[in-house]
Amino acid sequence: MAQIFRKSANNIAKISMISVVLLAGVGFYTWTQLARSSYLTGQYLEIQQPVQFSHKHHVGDDGIDCRYCHQTVETTASAGMPSTQTCMNCHSQLWADAPYLEPIRASFRDNKPIQWNRVHDLPEYVYFNHSIHIAKGVGCSTCHGPVDKMPTVYEENTLQMEWCIQCHREPEKFIRPKSEVFNMAYRADDTDQATRDQLKVDYKIRSREMLTSCSTCHR
Amino acid sequence: MQDAIEERKLHPAMVEGDHDFGTVSDRIGDLTLKKRTPFHWFIGFAIAFLVAQLLMVTIIYLVTKGIGIWGTNQPVGWAFPIINFVWWIGIGHAGTLISAILLLLNQKWRTSINRFAEAMTLFAVACAGLYPVFHTGRPWLAYWLFPYPNTMGLWPQFRSPLMWDVFAVSTYATVSLLFWYVGLIPDLATLRDRAKNKYFKKVYAIFSWGWRGSARHWHRYELAYLILAGISTPLVLSVHSVVSLDFSVSQIPGWHATFFPPYFVAGAIYAGFAMVLLLAIPLRHLYNMKDFVTKTHLILMGKVMLATGLIVGYSYIMEAFFGWYSGSQYEWFMIKNRIWDGPYWAFYWMLMFCNVISPQFLWFKRFRESEFWLFIISIIVSIGMWLERFVIIVTSIQRDFLPSSWAMYSPTIWDWSMFIGTLGFFFCLFFLFVRFLPIISIFEVRTLLPQANVHGRPQDFDENVLEIEYTYDKTDPPNS
Repeated sequence: MAQIFRKSANNIAKISMISVVLLAGVGFYTWTQLARSSYLTGQYLEIQQPVQFSHKHHVGDDGIDCRYCHQTVETTASAGMPSTQTCMNCHSQLWADAPYLEPIRASFRDNKPIQWNRVHDLPEYVYFNHSIHIAKGVGCSTCHGPVDKMPTVYEENTLQMEWCIQCHREPEKFIRPKSEVFNMAYRADDTDQATRDQLKVDYKIRSREMLTSCSTCHR
Repeated sequence: MQDAIEERKLHPAMVEGDHDFGTVSDRIGDLTLKKRTPFHWFIGFAIAFLVAQLLMVTIIYLVTKGIGIWGTNQPVGWAFPIINFVWWIGIGHAGTLISAILLLLNQKWRTSINRFAEAMTLFAVACAGLYPVFHTGRPWLAYWLFPYPNTMGLWPQFRSPLMWDVFAVSTYATVSLLFWYVGLIPDLATLRDRAKNKYFKKVYAIFSWGWRGSARHWHRYELAYLILAGISTPLVLSVHSVVSLDFSVSQIPGWHATFFPPYFVAGAIYAGFAMVLLLAIPLRHLYNMKDFVTKTHLILMGKVMLATGLIVGYSYIMEAFFGWYSGSQYEWFMIKNRIWDGPYWAFYWMLMFCNVISPQFLWFKRFRESEFWLFIISIIVSIGMWLERFVIIVTSIQRDFLPSSWAMYSPTIWDWSMFIGTLGFFFCLFFLFVRFLPIISIFEVRTLLPQANVHGRPQDFDENVLEIEYTYDKTDPPNS
């Protein structure tokens, strides 16, 4: 009786056994990395706005405080987007004829708000509140990165839960004195660990168990 | 002569009729290879396949609409899906018990029934697994149940018995599959060698991994099989223990009881043997396997059912006793509600009839040795074990601690269609198995034949044998 397979079948069988394991491993690793890629999270992707607005110019060069435009950041869930009138405070005088500010002037003339494009888009099942984070000493740049160096704003972080929860687990590693919250030049090592531990007590930041309880963010 | 009679008593014949190694292979192998597929197979498969479509329709509708199509409500959040999950997973246990524990205990009678009992285990676990996955409501996220480096930065809740369930059931499915498959390899090689059809030959050849039946192959096979039996043995006890912990770790009266693990394991084996009998009795008739699955096998299975049925009956008594003895008004209320005061009391008494009264007939030879009665009792026990899960789940949570949250439960048409659909799915798989694989382990049945047990006598021992130096033959002879 003739053999059903040629001799090479022995090697094919062995190689296929090993490759199944290898491929499964590589596939699994690729999958975990894909899930964290900019392609899926939008991290580092610059979002264009209807007006060529540069944070680098306004914050970095001119030194305007975050709260000048994002007025409600200390009091409400949303940081707030500036109204056209806020822009016109300066731009009715400065660069008042610049062609690329025309969308602002048009919005002002027609009394139609500008449709800003959202950069940081959290899922609806997350209850995020800006004011509590500001009140407990989380700096703007801790989450939003060096906005003063961004001509076009992008997401500095993935906004994935593993990123949120690393701070909720150990807030003392990330907080800063309240006086430094809006300071874009602040660096993480400007305050030592002992001070930050004390800040956690002073600011009455709740326990790790409270901060990582499901219903703290998912209600 | 006297020796032979003694021998017969100790080891009753497990194979009847005049068989040798060749006829065993012919009888079992030819079912798959030579005989025309019998007409009843097509009828049976067609019915099972159609019924399985119910499952598909239900799942499609379920995924589009959500689990609100079921009767599952508050407070009865665990209803049909969990009842059916526990029922199916319990049925699987007989297969593992037969293949692992009876192997380690050297019970020869397992040999002719282990193959299809293991297949039954696999298919039952497949049916069982569907329920919790779809009960989550978002089956496409079912992989969240496993610990992997997810983007949420979370592990699953390892303190939850539901999590243990995931590990218990997935381990169980994997080990059962391996055990079944390893046991199949020598038989697949037999089919490969006997197949006439070129494609069948190729498929069997691929799945038998070049098995040539050399001494080395057998040595490794025996070792692997024994190791797998060792791994499976604790699973027989652990899987249903873990399933029972889903209940007993909670604080619901009627669930929160320490004796749940042995109670559930006994129930699982009870239900499992009922299902094995339900499959074995038609199989031995339709495929004329009476020589291999003999009356002795059926009687022994009946005895296992009687023994486990008594454990289950004892558990029912203990359950009621603990309700009273605990002194907890909630426990005692639950017992009253379950047995006579509540809306589901009739189910409890149907359960008592099915699971406690019906197996008592097995004390009598007349019933134990009658296939008809074994079949009837097996059906009743299968229904009874389903009722048991219904009673445990529904009567415990429909009257919660808070009267304001009390509610009634009744299944919807979709609950039934999913349950009946999984029955169709199960039998569909089983029909395919019967058609394409040897339903009884050919090579293991051969070992039951007298020819396989030729004992040497001391006077025949030749001391010169010791002088011969055995050389290990590295080249396996190619099969002619």
